[in-house]
Amino acid sequence: MQDKTSSLRETFKELIGRVNSSEEIEKLRVEFLGKKGHIASLMSQLKTVPNEEKKAFGQSVNELKQKIEQQLAEAHEKIVKLEEQRQINAAEDYDVSLPMNIEMGSYHPITVIQREVEEIFRTMGFTIEDFSEIVDDYNCFEAVNIPKYHPARDMQDTYYLDNGQLLKTHTSAAQNSIMRKYGAPLRAVFPGRCFRNESTDACHENTFFQMEGIMIDEDISISNLIYFMKTMLSEVFGQDVTVRLRPGFFPFVEPGFELDIQCLICGGEGCPSCKNSGWLELCPCGMIHPNVLKYGGIDSEKYTGFAFGLGLTRLAMMKYGVKDIRVFNSGNLKALSQFIGK
Amino acid sequence: MFVSMNWINEYVDLSGLDTEELIHRFTLSTAEVEDIYYKGKDIERVVAGQIVSIENHPNSKKLHLLKVDVGNDILDIVCGAPNVRLGMVVPVALAGGRVCAGEIKTATVAGYESNGMCCSEMELGISDDHSGLMEITDDVKLGTDICELYPIRDVVFEVDNKSLTNRPDLWGHYGIAREFSAITKRPLKPIKTDDGDYSAGDEIPVEIRSDLVYRYSALRINSIKKTVSPVAMRIRLFYCGMRGINLLADLTNYIMLEMGQPMHAFDGKKVDSIAVGTPSENGKFVTLDGTERDVDENTLLIYNNDEPVAVAGIMGGLDSEIVGDTDSVVLESANFDGVSVRKTSSRLGLRTDASMRYEKIIDPEMTVTAIRRFVKLLKDIEPNCEISSRLSDKYVKKYPERELKFNKKYVDRYTGIDISNERIVETLEALGFGVKLENDEFTVKVPSWRATKDVTIKADIIEEITRIYGYDNFEIKTTKSPLKPVRAEKVKSEDALIKDLLVNKFNLHEVHSYIWCDGKKYKRLGIEVEENCRILNIPTPENGTLRNSMIPTLLTVAYENKSFAPSFGVFECGRVADGYLENGYCDERRRLGIVLFDKTVGEKELYFKALNMLKFIFRDIKHSDAVFSKVKEVRHAYQHPKNTAEISYEGKKIGELFTLHPMNNQKLDKNAAVVCAEIDLDNFFAIKVSDVEYTEPSKFPAIDYDLSLVLSDSHKYDDIRTAWESLKIPELTGAKVVDLFEQNGNKSIAVRLSFSSQDRTLAMEEIQSHIDKVLEKLNKIGISLKQ
Repeated sequence: MQDKTSSLRETFKELIGRVNSSEEIEKLRVEFLGKKGHIASLMSQLKTVPNEEKKAFGQSVNELKQKIEQQLAEAHEKIVKLEEQRQINAAEDYDVSLPMNIEMGSYHPITVIQREVEEIFRTMGFTIEDFSEIVDDYNCFEAVNIPKYHPARDMQDTYYLDNGQLLKTHTSAAQNSIMRKYGAPLRAVFPGRCFRNESTDACHENTFFQMEGIMIDEDISISNLIYFMKTMLSEVFGQDVTVRLRPGFFPFVEPGFELDIQCLICGGEGCPSCKNSGWLELCPCGMIHPNVLKYGGIDSEKYTGFAFGLGLTRLAMMKYGVKDIRVFNSGNLKALSQFIGK
Repeated sequence: MFVSMNWINEYVDLSGLDTEELIHRFTLSTAEVEDIYYKGKDIERVVAGQIVSIENHPNSKKLHLLKVDVGNDILDIVCGAPNVRLGMVVPVALAGGRVCAGEIKTATVAGYESNGMCCSEMELGISDDHSGLMEITDDVKLGTDICELYPIRDVVFEVDNKSLTNRPDLWGHYGIAREFSAITKRPLKPIKTDDGDYSAGDEIPVEIRSDLVYRYSALRINSIKKTVSPVAMRIRLFYCGMRGINLLADLTNYIMLEMGQPMHAFDGKKVDSIAVGTPSENGKFVTLDGTERDVDENTLLIYNNDEPVAVAGIMGGLDSEIVGDTDSVVLESANFDGVSVRKTSSRLGLRTDASMRYEKIIDPEMTVTAIRRFVKLLKDIEPNCEISSRLSDKYVKKYPERELKFNKKYVDRYTGIDISNERIVETLEALGFGVKLENDEFTVKVPSWRATKDVTIKADIIEEITRIYGYDNFEIKTTKSPLKPVRAEKVKSEDALIKDLLVNKFNLHEVHSYIWCDGKKYKRLGIEVEENCRILNIPTPENGTLRNSMIPTLLTVAYENKSFAPSFGVFECGRVADGYLENGYCDERRRLGIVLFDKTVGEKELYFKALNMLKFIFRDIKHSDAVFSKVKEVRHAYQHPKNTAEISYEGKKIGELFTLHPMNNQKLDKNAAVVCAEIDLDNFFAIKVSDVEYTEPSKFPAIDYDLSLVLSDSHKYDDIRTAWESLKIPELTGAKVVDLFEQNGNKSIAVRLSFSSQDRTLAMEEIQSHIDKVLEKLNKIGISLKQ
């Protein structure tokens, strides 16, 4: 009987070496392991084996069965691998260098800059406020300490409307409303579109964006103002910036400053973009004039605060190297569609 | 304004300090310096020489052959100047020397050797006169370097006038010198003035008829024979942007540049009594520039015996101007209302050095000092001149004296740093403030030249202390304010969401445009500018009307981008003025405008794309649906009469979706489909965001039932929807359009109704009975099942 087992083993060995496909493996499995297969028929002969050999015979058939199962599985795996490899070899090699026709929308560059700067201020605890574009004389001038006949009214050529209102010349026009809305302490920034009646060229627009910020609390100092300006501008430009203050005159602040940053292109050595001075005039700022606090319903003896104005349009020009300011309001998609993603 | 450092040095000794560094500190402490000019740096080896021989050039009518004595040598020089004269002393640039035009070399001029060049004033850079040689009339030693004789070398810097707007005291060199004195802690010298008592003779009568006058001082001086100012004075005037005219005019200008006090010199032979007032009726007046000007009842004038002789604070008249033959002057040193001068000056379109100073509201205390300074300078030049009137001085209006009180704590609070009491006192005193300090309490008297408007409150004092202290020296510190969390405002975040959807999901491009209608561009598209609020003073009147909708401007944007792509969309979140409110103010609205332009699909497809876009925005941001319904009458002529739909929410209008009137579509592009939508963002933001309604999915199977319906042309989907919605069948959980088509003029629609229940499997009979009721409803409005 042992011979039968051995010869069956030999036969299987020979056959399994010749299989080429999973179908042939299946056929082989049925032939040997099936209900009517060779192993089953061997097992059916167990009862004819003498008792003392039964154990050994049973063991050897079982071993053979296990061996066959194992070899079938191995052969199957090998065939599957081969098949997969064949599929891989036959697969098309896709050209990833092909240009894709990606249809994308675009944000206006001012939106991009505005979001970026707003986010910086939000993380610093400032609320973001919105304000109208058509305002009255009180909000635009009187409430920010620019009385009638003040020369500053001439400095900002204003568009006056036939109903006595005007197009806001600066974001400061929102100061009074915001102070009245929140009172002190207060941290707020308010971006907005401003209008100046002047002729346009590559460097001048009659419609542009500013962002103004105010911070009011007890004991807000010039020292704090410099800190916030430096921190905020370093965030905006993504690098540590050096700032300096110079006296500057704006009726709504006292003292008022012009804030310069050290030129980021030449690092202060002097180059064409800073007109060889090493500094760029960037944002007017100052300690909020006590009258402005008073008009805003805030006790100017108890509270102090600072205010600053950032030219968003100017920032966008600097950031993207836009040379002609008129691009922003041109609606020219050849230019504007480049500003993809926020 | 130009500032001469030579002039500054007369009042504060800055020797030994680096000039450029000083000017830099002036920028940081006082006002922005725009430019620095190094005057006379090109002038080298130019000496005084006397013409000792003149011969005509044999081959030229213009040229002369000169022999010039330059002290240690006699030079042969060929010269083309018309005013050469024997014995004349002139500046001679020696060979190897330099003038403005460049280096001087020995050269052969028209066949004769020339060993140098005789110079005009322009060649030395001290005036723009190049009509002839400069004549040196002073008694000089021949061969002396010209730069030793005259202050040709100087550093002049230009201050941005705008940064001086609030500082009337800085419109003269003396005020600037005071700043340098405070910055460098070096003493400021007093101005040298004449100390006569001017009490002899008659007083020039001065009558003040207007409250626009603060002070008017006048003095008559006779026997002035000299007419030309000294070279040094003329150089200074030229370096500071003026030019020499005659001695008296030059002196008034000199004092204006020095003290900031404008003066006027009337011809003493023509003016003998002064009145200041406004005319009772409109008239004409010829100013000394020869221009006839309209004067009205707001124009403050100076009269001599009721004849106007000057526009106060701006410019004198032609008839009373100083001319060569007069030896008598009536000197005006006055102070007028700054606002009035500014308004008159802008009305006349005449801005002068004088008016610029008066506008800043200068110190009326200066008028008499300026006269005394004038007399001092004049006497130095013309010792025999004679003061022939009493000093007239009508000081009718004064600015209040200002005293401010504050304490050290106030300064500390404002600055955030510790500036010592000594430093505060020292700074304020250097700037002319009177300071009393007792136990950290300061009492400060504001000097008259700062008290007219500039320094009025204690915060103004902070600026004085800190700017001289130097902002560069400040410690940079964060605040002690507690930090509070800030959430994005709903309006802000919804605004951002809309933009994100339009850009990222619908591939639109965001643009910005102007708040006014562009008449010309509108016209090209056949769009009329509609009546609305107007800008009074816009330079281009066709753009003077504010927009009442975002769409026309966006259409012009689409038009201008036709070549950008065959299919694109633009949008803008902006503002419009939609008429007026009850109080007369503009009804300013935040609006979103969308324009889709497409040459690749039909209008219908584009229209439904836009509809889908709008529905998506509502569902995404508000979690609910808006209602779209056709309008009976369009508001704007450019809207399509049939395909204009109103978007509303809970009965409130939110916006519009429409195609263009064929006429406008034709003008924009006859081959393109154009669809527009406008959302009133103020109304949109006001909509409450609905909570998401969650329904547990049923464990029992849903059953779909398809209905194929035949519609007439007037039927809308809403009619069908109402049919089953009005039945309020709780098991009807969904309805979907699965097919929509037209055949032989018949519209048909296939609708899939879904039924399910939370607690049982629905029986077919139950569903059939619902369907029967639905069909019954539909039949009533003329909709039947397709056979």
